[in-house]
Amino acid sequence: MKIIVCIKQVPDTTEVRLDPVTGTLIRDGVPSIINPDDKGGLELALSLKDLYGAHVTVITMGPTQADAVLREAYAMGADRAILLTDRKFAGADTLATSNALAGALKMLEYDLIITGRQAIDGDTAQVGPQIAEHLDLPQVSYLENLEYDGNKTFRIRKATEEGYQILEVDSPCLVTVLASANKARYMSVRGIIEAYDKDVEVWGFDNISVDESKLGLKGSPTKVKKAFTKGVKSNGEVFEVDTEEAVGIIISRLKEKFII
Amino acid sequence: MDFKLNKKEELFLQMIRDFAENEVKPLAAEVDEEERFPIETVEKMAKIGIMGIPIPIEYGGQGGTNQMYSMAVEELSRACATTGVVVSAHTSLCVAPIFENGTEQQKQKYLPKLCSGEWIGAFGLTEPNAGTDAAMQQTTAIDEGDKWIINGSKIFITNAGYAHVYIVIAMTDKSQGTKGISAFIVEKDTPGFTIGKKEKKLGIRGSATCELIFENCEIPKDNLLGKVGKGFGIAMKTLDGGRIGIAAQALGIAQGAMDETIKYTKERKQFNKSISKFQNTQFQLADMETKVQASRLLVRSAAYKKDNGMPYSTDAAMAKLFAAETAMEVTTKAVQFHGGYGYTREYPIERMMRDAKITEIYEGTSEVQRMVIAASILK
Ligand SMILES: Cc1cc2nc3c(=O)[nH]c(=O)nc-3n(C[C@H](O)[C@H](O)[C@H](O)COP(=O)(O)OP(=O)(O)OC[C@H]3O[C@@H](n4cnc5c(N)ncnc54)[C@H](O)[C@@H]3O)c2cc1C
Ligand SMILES: Cc1cc2nc3c(=O)[nH]c(=O)nc-3n(C[C@H](O)[C@H](O)[C@H](O)COP(=O)(O)OP(=O)(O)OC[C@H]3O[C@@H](n4cnc5c(N)ncnc54)[C@H](O)[C@@H]3O)c2cc1C
Repeated sequence: MKIIVCIKQVPDTTEVRLDPVTGTLIRDGVPSIINPDDKGGLELALSLKDLYGAHVTVITMGPTQADAVLREAYAMGADRAILLTDRKFAGADTLATSNALAGALKMLEYDLIITGRQAIDGDTAQVGPQIAEHLDLPQVSYLENLEYDGNKTFRIRKATEEGYQILEVDSPCLVTVLASANKARYMSVRGIIEAYDKDVEVWGFDNISVDESKLGLKGSPTKVKKAFTKGVKSNGEVFEVDTEEAVGIIISRLKEKFII
Repeated sequence: MDFKLNKKEELFLQMIRDFAENEVKPLAAEVDEEERFPIETVEKMAKIGIMGIPIPIEYGGQGGTNQMYSMAVEELSRACATTGVVVSAHTSLCVAPIFENGTEQQKQKYLPKLCSGEWIGAFGLTEPNAGTDAAMQQTTAIDEGDKWIINGSKIFITNAGYAHVYIVIAMTDKSQGTKGISAFIVEKDTPGFTIGKKEKKLGIRGSATCELIFENCEIPKDNLLGKVGKGFGIAMKTLDGGRIGIAAQALGIAQGAMDETIKYTKERKQFNKSISKFQNTQFQLADMETKVQASRLLVRSAAYKKDNGMPYSTDAAMAKLFAAETAMEVTTKAVQFHGGYGYTREYPIERMMRDAKITEIYEGTSEVQRMVIAASILK
C-alpha cells in the first residue's frame, strides 16, 4: 500500500501570544510544530505500515524552514519526504494550497491520502476536502478510527457532532484525521540520528503541472478585510447560593434567552 | 568554537523533552511516594531507543553520541531523578564497560539485548568496607580452570533485582593489590547469586538499591571482562564516564527546581505583590540560574570531549562536582522560596531536594571529585 500524508508546519498556538496593540500573532520565539491533526494522520499511516507493510510519503508546502517537520516525520518512520516550496506558492489561501498539493499528488502513486482535519493556525478544515475534489477521490472527513481489510476496503468511524458514523470506502481515497484518533508515537533515537542523513526532495513550480493563476496569492480568492481582537466579555453575575437555588437560576436564565 | 546544538541534537532534545513531560513527569511523585521502580517507563524508553543511545548500530545501539545520552539523562531527571539514574546506571555502568572492554563475543551476546532495553544493566563495585576506598575489595573470584567461583557481597547497587546483567568487581589475587582486581559479567539467576536487602532511602526512592550476595557463585570462564588484574582500571574508567551521566542527572534536578521556582515566585503573592518582585528573590534566582547554566556547559564540554576521543576524566569530575553541589544548593533554595508549601509533598520541590543529595555521593563523593581534579592539576 502506498500512503501519502500531507503535513503542515504551524506555530505552537499553546505558546502564541497576541500583540495587544495590533492584534496580530507574536510569532517570535514561538516553536514550530507538526500540526496536531496531521501528526495523528502520520501516526495512522505508520500504524498501517506496522500492521500491513506500507510505503509512507510525507509532503509539506511551506517555506524552506518547513524542512523541520519532514525530518520529524522521518524520525517517526516515514519513508520519503517532499518539500513543496516556491515563491509562486507564497501567499496561498486554502484553495491555492490545495491546488499546489493536488498538483504534486498527481505526480505520485497512492492508495490512501491522509490529511489532518484542520490546522491550528487557520482552523478552516478546507484543504483536505478540496484536494479530494481536485483529484476526484472519495473522501471521509473527521476520521477517528480506521480498520483495513488488508485488500482494498477501509472501514472508518467518522466523528459527527451527535456521535459517529461507520462508513466503508475503497482505495484510492482521501481521509482527514483527528488528532484524538490515536496517540502519535515518539520519534525514535535512531530515527532522529538518521533523519538528517536522508534526502528531502525539494519540488517547485516546475515539478508540478498546475496553471500559475491557480497558485499563491494570484490563485487565492480569499481576501482578509480586517483582523481584530474580540472584545472582552463582561464578568457575568456571581450568585453565592446553594446548589438547588443555583440550578433554578440557571434554568430560568437559559429560558429567558430561549436557549432551552 | 560552537556553543550551538546541531540539528540532530535539537530534534533529539525536542523528542526527549516531550517524552519526559508526558510520560515521566506524571509518575514522578507516585514512584517516589511508593518507592516503586518505574518499569513501565523503562519499557517505553526501550521502545524509542533510550536504553542504548551512545552505542553503535552494529551492536544494537542507536548510533548516537554521549552528548545526546547526557541530554537524555538531564531531561529525564528534570522530570524524575529516579528515571534518570535508571538510565544512567544502565548505560554508563553496564553497557559502556562491556562496549569498551568486552570481547567481540561478549559484545554480540550482551549489547543488543541491553541496548534494546530487553535487559537492564547494573554495576557492583561498592562493598560494606570498600566505598571511597574501592581497592579494599573483599569479594573474591577464584580461577577453577573452566570457571570462576565468586564469593562475597556488594552493597548499594542501583538497578539490582531488575537488572539481568551485572558488572561485578572482585579480587582475583589479593597479593597484587589493585593489580589483583578483575571485572566479571554475571547474569541474574546464576546459581549462588542472590539479591539481598533493599535500601530505604532519602531520595531517588523509585530506584532499586540492593545488596548482591555471592555464595560459591559459578560463572563461565568467558565472563571475565577485560584481562585478569585489570578490573580496578576498568572500574575507574567506567566511573569517569558515569560521572557525566550523574552530572547530567544533577543538572536535570537543578533545572527542574528552577522551572518550579520561577513559576511559583511569579504566582505567589505576599505584601500585595508576587514574591518574584522582591530583590532578594531576583538576585538569588539570578545566581541559581547562572550556576545551572555553568553546570550545563561543564556537562556538555565533558560529553563533547568523550565523543571526540579527548581526555575527559578531569572534565567529568568537575562537571559532577559542580553540578551536584549546584543541584543541592538550588533545590535547597527552591524549597525556601516555596515556603511552607515547599516543605510539603503537595509540591514536587521537597522531592527534588531529597533527590539532589545523592548526586554528591555516588560514583565518587564530591571529595573524591576534588581529589581527581587536584591530582590532575598538581601532577
Ligand atoms: C543510592 C545509592 C546508589 C548507589 N549505586 C551504586 C552502584 O550502582 N554501584 C556501586 O558500586 N556503588 C553504588 N553506590 C555506592 C556509592 O558509590 C558509595 O556509597 C560512595 O562511593 C561512597 O562510599 P561509602 O558509602 O562507603 O562512603 P565512605 O567511603 O565511607 O565515605 C564517607 C565520607 O568520607 C569521605 N571520605 C572518604 N575517604 C576520604 C578521603 N580519602 N579524603 C576525604 N574524604 C574522604 C567521603 O567523601 C564521605 O564524605 C550507591 C550508593 C547509594 C547511596
Ligand atoms: C568598568 C565598567 C564598565 C562598564 N561598562 C558598561 C557598559 O559597557 N554598558 C553599560 O550599560 N554599563 C556599563 N557599566 C555600568 C554598570 O552596568 C553599572 O555600573 C551597574 O549597573 C551598577 O549601576 P551603578 O554604577 O549606577 O551603581 P550604583 O547604583 O552606584 O550601585 C552601587 C551598589 O548598589 C547596589 N545596587 C545598585 N543598583 C541596585 C539594584 N537595582 N538592586 C540591588 N542593588 C543595587 C549594588 O550593590 C551596587 O554595587 C560599566 C561599569 C564599569 C565600572
